[in-house]
Amino acid sequence: MSAVKEAFQKARAEGRRAVIPYLTAGYPSPERFLDYARVLAEEADLFEVGLPFSDPLGDGPVIQRASEAALRQGVRTKKVLELVGKLAERTDVPLLLMTYLNPVLAYGKERFFKDFAAAGIKGVILPDLPPDEDPGVAEAAREAGLATVFLLAPTSTDRRIGVVTGYTTGFVYAVSVTGVTGARDRLPEEIGALVRRVKAKTELPVAIGFGISGEETARQAAAAGADGVVVGSALIRAIEAGADPRRVLQAVRKGATL
Amino acid sequence: MEGFRFLDFPVPDERGRFGPYGGRYVPETLIPALEELEAAFEEARRDPEFLAVYRQYLKDYAGRPTPLYFAERLSEELGGARVYLKREDLAHTGAHKINNTLGQALLARRMGKKRVIAETGAGQHGVSVATVAAMFGLEAVIYMGEEDVRRQALNVFRMELLGAKVVPVASGTKTLKDATNEAIRDWVTNVRTTSYILGSVVGPHPYPRMVRDFQSVIGQEIRASLLEKEGRAVPDAIIACVGGGSNAIGAFAPFAYEEPRPRLIGVEAAGEGLDTGHHAASIAAGKRGVLHGSYMYLLQDGDGQIAPAHSVSAGLDYPGVGPEHSYLADIGAVEYAAVTDEEALEGFKLLARTEGIIPALESAHAVAYAAKMVPTMGRDEIVVINISGRGDKDVAEVKRILGEGR
Repeated sequence: MSAVKEAFQKARAEGRRAVIPYLTAGYPSPERFLDYARVLAEEADLFEVGLPFSDPLGDGPVIQRASEAALRQGVRTKKVLELVGKLAERTDVPLLLMTYLNPVLAYGKERFFKDFAAAGIKGVILPDLPPDEDPGVAEAAREAGLATVFLLAPTSTDRRIGVVTGYTTGFVYAVSVTGVTGARDRLPEEIGALVRRVKAKTELPVAIGFGISGEETARQAAAAGADGVVVGSALIRAIEAGADPRRVLQAVRKGATL
Repeated sequence: MEGFRFLDFPVPDERGRFGPYGGRYVPETLIPALEELEAAFEEARRDPEFLAVYRQYLKDYAGRPTPLYFAERLSEELGGARVYLKREDLAHTGAHKINNTLGQALLARRMGKKRVIAETGAGQHGVSVATVAAMFGLEAVIYMGEEDVRRQALNVFRMELLGAKVVPVASGTKTLKDATNEAIRDWVTNVRTTSYILGSVVGPHPYPRMVRDFQSVIGQEIRASLLEKEGRAVPDAIIACVGGGSNAIGAFAPFAYEEPRPRLIGVEAAGEGLDTGHHAASIAAGKRGVLHGSYMYLLQDGDGQIAPAHSVSAGLDYPGVGPEHSYLADIGAVEYAAVTDEEALEGFKLLARTEGIIPALESAHAVAYAAKMVPTMGRDEIVVINISGRGDKDVAEVKRILGEGR
């Protein structure tokens, strides 16, 4: 079984939905990213690292700002490989890579996935790739030994759920809202319906992301039947404000505990 | 001429591919909306009632057909082929953009959407969307880069006068590329109630095809007018500027896939020069990649980060070029050239001086290339320059630039 699926099982055995923090690699600086990531990984079941892209059209203002700040400091593919390698040495939590398709294509998809797998990445998330649009990408990721994670949304039809889960080997990333990434006070009620529709089609774990901001939203996600919760913007917002992102993650973890 | 028809072109295929280009690289949230839009467009283009209504608005509202004008003084001055101007500058709102916005607004109405959104660079597409939204009673929100808001204050006011809300975009390079990101983010968020009226032949399928089909009225009219004036439907060459590429595709598409094919020349913006890195010539100097939902030629660095584009003309200031242009370049059906800011300014002045027509800075790129090519051609040959828009919007900027050089 893949490290990614195992992490969901382990969390479940410990009475918890998998807790999956996200940070943009190189934000607020390469060194401080590593410090934050190491600390947050202690509270996490999986950890998502973002490779910043100049045009992150699936992201809200918080992650946009973090991406721009990282890019301004020259954080590009090679630097992210280096940061991932360092992070992997310091944590046993499985690492996931989130990025947009163009940096993958520019590097060469086979080499990209191979190099990131060698650096310690276990799974990959590409928010602007509907998997059937270029089946060679998911194939190259799998051949490099990476679990594939794709997004589904409240607007997804049952047909799309079937197509997308067919390419997924890691978990289903269920987007809680029609919208971009960003912390919200509440999740929409319809998220439960999406989780049910996905679970009717697949045995894969389902993690809810977008809008998770703390204990209450994490509890809502758990109540909606999610196997995991992803939190990103709320952590970065805490870092921006000079607050401790660990507090946010601990609250999420509490809400995600059964 | 009987009027616009939906023509059947050999590309794209059912998956929206022009050879390897195009496709639908967007967040999954939008896939059902794109499928719905594609189905609605397919149905509309087969519906005689939709065609009749669209033709009526093209004629009575947009003022089509636009003239194909024989530019006698310009032809004399250049001393080669006979030059005709396709006068898209005379269409309502002063550019070809209205051909597409009327079509897409009719489609939005047909789909029951009451809110429309759009991206704009110089503001021409934004004004055009605000215009049709006012006419059809739709709510319009226009995303525009902060930098462009500053450079094109008059167009911002025009849009607001027309009842649209203009949202300045402060992310990234603060220009068209970022305005497009923001419009896509709005659409992801409000997809159930909102139609996205994209302004060029870029974006996810079915946009490149749909915008091409609506804009192909330009080439269809060139054919009909030329037949009437010269007794032949096909000129020797057609020249058009290319940013995203909608006016060029509109002029080229009815000629590109059949014989005899005229020389088709797309003119990109070389900005301060192709070797300076400050340009917007995606075909001449870009590499293939994915931006805004489509696989196409792009300006990017070695890590796949999108590189900022530069052109004196805000409408060409875009780091990508439509998937159909990418394909036409590869198969050699269209030649792509590039002219600098400086050459475009000369073209701008040339047309004003010889014909009393002030072209948009975008269109001035096509004029500038014609000024190089026409003198090498025979006197019995015919060249059509697509004057995609009028230059009133650019007069202040040109005054500023020429003033600095003095």
